[in-house]
Amino acid sequence: MAKRIDAVDLNVYYGSFLAVQDVNIRIEPRAVTAFIGPSGCGKTTFLRTINRMHEVLPGAYADGKILLDGDNIYDAGVDPVTIRAEVGMVFQRPNPFPTMSIRENVLAGYKLNGTRLSKSDADAILEKSLRGANLWNEVKDRLDKPGSGLSGGQQQRLCIARTVAVEPSVILMDEPCSALDPISTLAVEDLINQLKEDYTVVIVTHNMQQAARVADKTAFFNIQGTGQPGQLIEYADTKTIFQNPENEQTLNYISGRFG
Amino acid sequence: MTEQVTEARDPKSSPITKSSGNASGDKIFAGLSYGAGALILVVLAFVAIFLVTESLPALAPTLFSDQDSISSADNFWVYVVPLIGGTIMASFIAILIATPVAIGIALYISHYAPRRISTPVGYVIDLLAAIPSVVYGAWGMLTLSTALVPVYGWLHDVLGFIPFFSGDPSTTGRTLLTSGVVLAVMILPIITALCREIFLQTPKLHEEAALALGATQWEMIRMTVFPFARAGIISSVMLGLGRALGETMAVTLVLSGGVFTLSLISSGNQTIPSEIALNFPEAFGMRQSELVAAGLMLFIITLAVNMVARAIVNRNKEFSGAN
Repeated sequence: MAKRIDAVDLNVYYGSFLAVQDVNIRIEPRAVTAFIGPSGCGKTTFLRTINRMHEVLPGAYADGKILLDGDNIYDAGVDPVTIRAEVGMVFQRPNPFPTMSIRENVLAGYKLNGTRLSKSDADAILEKSLRGANLWNEVKDRLDKPGSGLSGGQQQRLCIARTVAVEPSVILMDEPCSALDPISTLAVEDLINQLKEDYTVVIVTHNMQQAARVADKTAFFNIQGTGQPGQLIEYADTKTIFQNPENEQTLNYISGRFG
Repeated sequence: MTEQVTEARDPKSSPITKSSGNASGDKIFAGLSYGAGALILVVLAFVAIFLVTESLPALAPTLFSDQDSISSADNFWVYVVPLIGGTIMASFIAILIATPVAIGIALYISHYAPRRISTPVGYVIDLLAAIPSVVYGAWGMLTLSTALVPVYGWLHDVLGFIPFFSGDPSTTGRTLLTSGVVLAVMILPIITALCREIFLQTPKLHEEAALALGATQWEMIRMTVFPFARAGIISSVMLGLGRALGETMAVTLVLSGGVFTLSLISSGNQTIPSEIALNFPEAFGMRQSELVAAGLMLFIITLAVNMVARAIVNRNKEFSGAN
């Protein structure tokens, strides 16, 4: 299920502006990979190219290859809709569908592919996904209440449940804890550790401690100045990045000298 | 160690009871907005009182006038019910045609068209709202009605078994259906403009949530844009319906009125505003009361429509997305 991701000579543009330059990276399956770096360094932009979400913005496009177990998702014949069903995404702010109940939120992906689920299948998926997101015990008595009535941390785990419900092969997380309190953050981090047993997990974070806690490998992105493209500076085991980085920029960043 | 304070200071000498200086501005503004709100209610009350007192002779001739019955029929209801029927039919035709078209245009502008196309299209739609209704009326009477004559013939041949298309098709085309089509064009910009604004306000976060689950553009719209905009769509349709119900000039010019008939394609039917406009200048006494009473009916219908709309909007508020 979990798939390997390879970026090959990837350049990402917003119109004529080059936002991310020459990224080459191999992201391993069944592991957590963290992207760290200062604001504006292109880590979120790069993350969004992995499920072709960045091209939702007018004028944005990517040049180069992203291989999902060897298949280039930027091939001419590829429908981004297919890619997005295969590569799930969790956003910075929790975004459950406000007009849907908790149950409908989790099953939203199935409603999209038009799969007709029997009641028992739907219930099974619902319970499995919510248990997978460590949310089942908190919401099992109010599955028909609106998802927007939950706390921020619960909403974020509901969004994770919605993403895992459709069984993607990769889960992308764009600063999933930045809007959450420390307790909820811990709950989501525990969850990330479980998710890597079945999925390829890629997480963008501003919080270096978080990267150190959850990630197996860490990639450091940086920009040389405003208007310059973001670049991948260093990519290695998390331990190496935080204890013994090769590049001086990485060392400066993790030791708090800038960013 | 400091001494613990247990006695509160005299409030007159305390700094927290002092005015902070700009409170008078606050008071003036509060008074102004209160006054504006009250004024609306007062105006509404006066209109309602005027309508009721002036229509009493028509509603109960034996009690409030020296005549036994109203002048144009045996009693007021026999006179007004056909008019209500005509008004509602014309408005519903307009809503039925305008709503899907308006939603389609609004969606095209907000979610499909590239910016260099969507902006001019938006302007053109707004321009439609600036055309005076008498111009629409003239266009409907001179151009549209003649153009629709063959269509009515065809409708009668093919769908004649439905009461709406039975009866002899009008040879001038100046029918209730033509009026409905003209009304639809007139309310189109209102509904489109409002829907477009509401569609554009759909949170990007929700749209992206749907897209990231693998939704196509249309699925994303059904999943996030429509539920978010539901209350707004209903309100805009109700505003359009309000205009259609009350529109006078266009209908007066287009419709060659007559007695009530279910057939939309023959001559006949009349709407309340048009009936009032055509007859009020020469009316006096009882006839005038009849017309005002018909106006009262229109007032009640519009009020009822708005209350129903509000009830629909409020239902399922929990899921509205406003929280």
